[in-house]
Amino acid sequence: MAKKNESLGKTVGVVLALCLVCSIVVSGAAIGLKPMQEKNAALDMQKNVLDAAGILKADTDVVETYQQRIDTMVVSLEDLTVQDDIDPTSFSNRKAAGDSERSKKLEKKNDPAGLGTRENLTQIYLVKDDSGETTGLVLHIRGQGLWGTMYGLLALEGDFDTVKGVNFYEHSETPGLGGEITNPAWVKTWQGKEVYGEDGNVQFEVVKGGAKGEHEVDALSGATLTSNGVEYLVQFWMGENGYGPLLKKLREGELNNG
Amino acid sequence: MANVKEMKSVLFGPIFANNPIALQILGICSALAVTSKMSNTLVMCIALTAVVACSNLFISIIRNHIPSSVRIIVQMTIIASLVIVVDQILKAYAYSISKELSVFVGLIITNCIVMGRAEAYAMKSTPFMSLLDGLGNGLGYSIVLLVVGFVRELFGSGSLFDVQILPLASQGGWYEPVGLLLMPPSAFFIIGGFIWVLRTFRTEQVEPKE
Repeated sequence: MAKKNESLGKTVGVVLALCLVCSIVVSGAAIGLKPMQEKNAALDMQKNVLDAAGILKADTDVVETYQQRIDTMVVSLEDLTVQDDIDPTSFSNRKAAGDSERSKKLEKKNDPAGLGTRENLTQIYLVKDDSGETTGLVLHIRGQGLWGTMYGLLALEGDFDTVKGVNFYEHSETPGLGGEITNPAWVKTWQGKEVYGEDGNVQFEVVKGGAKGEHEVDALSGATLTSNGVEYLVQFWMGENGYGPLLKKLREGELNNG
Repeated sequence: MANVKEMKSVLFGPIFANNPIALQILGICSALAVTSKMSNTLVMCIALTAVVACSNLFISIIRNHIPSSVRIIVQMTIIASLVIVVDQILKAYAYSISKELSVFVGLIITNCIVMGRAEAYAMKSTPFMSLLDGLGNGLGYSIVLLVVGFVRELFGSGSLFDVQILPLASQGGWYEPVGLLLMPPSAFFIIGGFIWVLRTFRTEQVEPKE
C-alpha cells in the first residue's frame, strides 16, 4: 500500500482530486454566503451613518430607521449636481477614488490629508426628521493617520456648519492611543463645534492642551500624528477641494439634478 | 478500536497536561493578537477548534492515500480550504467580529497547532481519534486564550464581552484602565504567568536543569 502511494500516477491523482474537492468546497462557500456578506456590509455602513448622525441607540432598528431618516444620493463634486441615474446602494466612494477615470489627482500642496486622489462623484446622506425636513448631512471623510488611512463619516447639522457627530469606522491606529478616535467620550467633544469661521474659511482645529472656543477639539494624548491626521482630513474635506463648494450650495438652497 | 480511557486522554490531555500553548509553546502569534476582547477571543477559539478538528478528521480519513512526498502540501491545502470556509462563514454571520479579527482568521492556516496535529497525530491515527485529538487541542488553545482575554479585557478596558464591569474613570467611574494590557506584548506576560502557575501545580512539566 505504502509503496503504491509513491508512484507518480497516484501522487498526481491524489493531488488533482484533492484540489478539485477543495476548490468546490471553497467556491461553494464563497458564492453561497456572498449575498449574506454583502447584506452585512451594507447594514454595517447604514449603522455607521446612523451612528455618525447621532440617531443610533442600543435598541434602534437599523434598517427601518435608515429608511425613514436617511436619504442617500450620489453627487458630483465637480459641478455639484445630483446624479439621479446612479444607484446609491451600488456606489462606492472608495472604488471611485481608486479609479483614475472617476477621480481627480491632487497636487501635493492641496493634499494635506495624504489622499493622492479625490473621487469626482461622492455619496452623501441627508438626514431627515420625522416630518421629512432635512436636519443634517452625513459625509464620507478619510485621510492618513499614523499607520494607515482612517475612514470616517462626519455628520453636520442642518446649517451645514455645526458638527453633529463623527464616526471613524475603519482605521489602523495604535490601540489605546490613536485608536481612541473611536472613543465615544472623545467623539462627543466634537458635537456642536463649528467647522467654518465668520469669513467662511475652515477654522476647525485639533489642539493640544485644552480646546477653547467653537472651532477646537482636544487632541488625543500620545497620538500626535493621528490627531494631526484628523485635523488635516477635516480641513481638506471641508475645504475648497473637498465638500466646501457643495456645502456652500446646500446652504444657499437645494441641489439641482444633473 | 480505542478504549474509553485512551479517548479521554486524547480529548482532555491537551487541556492541562499537554497544553499546546503552555507546554509546546505553539500558536502564540494569534494568542497575542486577538485576545484584547473576550468576544473576539471566543470566536477565534471556536474558529481554531473547528479548523483543527476538521482538518484532523479529513486528513486522517485520506491518510492511507496521501503520498508522503507531497503530504505537507496536501495537509496545507485541506487546512487552507477549511480556513477560507470558516472566514466566509464569519463574514456572513458575525460580520463585526470578523472585521476586528481581520487577518488573524486567515492566519489560522499557518498556526503551528493545526499543522502540528495534522502531521504528528492525524497522519497515523483513525479518523474518530483524530477528531477527538483536534477537539482536545482546540480546547487547550481555547483555555489559554480565554484566560488571557479575560485578564486583558477586564483590566484593560474594565469590561467583559463588552459589558462594563469596572466603571471607567474617563466615564465618571473609579477604574483607571491599564493601557498596556490592550497592547499585544501584555499577552506574553499573561501567558508567562499562566505557564508559571500551571507548572507550579504540575511539576512534571518543568524542564530539567541542563
